[in-house]
Amino acid sequence: MKKGRIFFQQPNVQRITYPLLVAIVIVSAWEALVVGMELPPYLVPSPVLTLQTLFSDWVPLGLALVTTVKITLLAFVTATAVGVMVSFLFIQSRAIETALFPYAVLLQVTPIVAVAPLIIIWVKSPTLSMVICASLVALFPIISNTTLGLRSVDPDLKSYFALNNATPWQVLSRLRIPSALPYFFGGLRISSGLALIGAVVAEFVAGTGGTSSGLAYQILQAGFQLNIPRMFAALLLISMIGVALFSFMAWLTKRALGSWHSSEISHD
Amino acid sequence: MSSSLSQSSSISIDIQSADKTYPNGTKALLPVTLTVKNGEFITLLGPSGCGKSTLLKMVAGLTAPSNGQITLWNQPVEKLNAQGKKLAFVFQAPTLMPWANVRANVSLPLELAGVPSAQADSRVSDALALVGLSKFDSALPRALSGGMQMRVSIARSLVINPQLLLMDEPFGALDEITRHKLDAELLALWHSKALTVVFVTHSIHEAVFLSNRVIMMAARPGRVVDEIIINEPYPRTSEFMVSPQFSRYAKQLQDSLLLASNTDEEEMT
Repeated sequence: MKKGRIFFQQPNVQRITYPLLVAIVIVSAWEALVVGMELPPYLVPSPVLTLQTLFSDWVPLGLALVTTVKITLLAFVTATAVGVMVSFLFIQSRAIETALFPYAVLLQVTPIVAVAPLIIIWVKSPTLSMVICASLVALFPIISNTTLGLRSVDPDLKSYFALNNATPWQVLSRLRIPSALPYFFGGLRISSGLALIGAVVAEFVAGTGGTSSGLAYQILQAGFQLNIPRMFAALLLISMIGVALFSFMAWLTKRALGSWHSSEISHD
Repeated sequence: MSSSLSQSSSISIDIQSADKTYPNGTKALLPVTLTVKNGEFITLLGPSGCGKSTLLKMVAGLTAPSNGQITLWNQPVEKLNAQGKKLAFVFQAPTLMPWANVRANVSLPLELAGVPSAQADSRVSDALALVGLSKFDSALPRALSGGMQMRVSIARSLVINPQLLLMDEPFGALDEITRHKLDAELLALWHSKALTVVFVTHSIHEAVFLSNRVIMMAARPGRVVDEIIINEPYPRTSEFMVSPQFSRYAKQLQDSLLLASNTDEEEMT
């Protein structure tokens, strides 16, 4: 009995059990309300029905899941690669950064929903056009964070490298890149979520044009057919992708910085 | 002619009316002329804003003087490597790479210089033994105390076997007990390695304890105001710190500092 209490008092266990308790309370209340008030499934489906639909409609939903995950990951990787390249370009000179940074901002503040129809018209392949849309959404945090990181080098350490006649390549690989890593991973975490949002927005826009289906398209279709349980099931899957991406990025950050960076040291 | 030649060969640092004016017109340092002999331990002592760090950075070649010239062993600092001499700079903060362990931090200058790793390894071990940190070679800097981090920084500067050691208030952030300990260890290293040391501090006691010669500086504008020779034998122990001579030197420096700051006020009014 005592051993059990200690187990549940561990912070690592609490990190899982506490949110889980909240989930159980909310889902139970939801189920109770739907059943108690006899709400029809075309308004609010119960959690049980949502799960049932998830299993019964697994084939279209699963295919849609694969499409959305594919677009999200492709966009995330593209945004990371392009963003890092742009950052390295920016740190070459202040002039380049000053000249180009406003356009990176412009890219960020222009709503993707407004640009997506254009991209979908211009780019033939629907997958490619959706990847481009989602990449545009995910790009900015990578650029701004990585650039900031590459510039955030301890000035004394920089002097130290200069005193030891370090080559520009040594300064980059041994000083600038390691110093930038915490900022870079911060950018990755934000961008992973944005890539998913971008992918879903792009699917919505492309979906109205009648092209094939991701989870957003499933939601649209379900909406037209008033198939609300399927809508909920698709929504659940989208959230799951987001949570999985975020957890993976958190794990990766911990792996990369865990031992040295203050943001990742536990203060127990 | 020949006597001046032999004299100049024993001089490690030669500063000829070097000054520093910032682009906005602020005078950081009025012209300084100063020579440091081989094997000397000199201290630049003064309040903040007196240009002591600026002077040290100019010697290291980290900033160029606005006028005048500085040579190390009769050559500009850029030619130092070519004549087989090395200088090491110790910053006020330990300035370690937080992502790298103690061993990797100490071997950094050797890696940057392309020293083969087998040779580098043994030199790093020697340097770590010298500062008493052999057991901590795989620790990350954040796991060490401030004094230990400073020792890593010193090990990193010694690993390249420098002839000249430039130290910019290295122990300023440490508690007094740790500082005394490191001061004593520094003197032992200076002696055993036959180093030339230029040490920047704002502590009168530290200056008297460590140096052959104290260069007194004052602020607004930064300038050299006095030069006091500490004519006391080494090794200096903690007994020296409580001796009457020590107090006399400290008083002399204190008076000189007061005098310099009084002229300041007269100039202001």
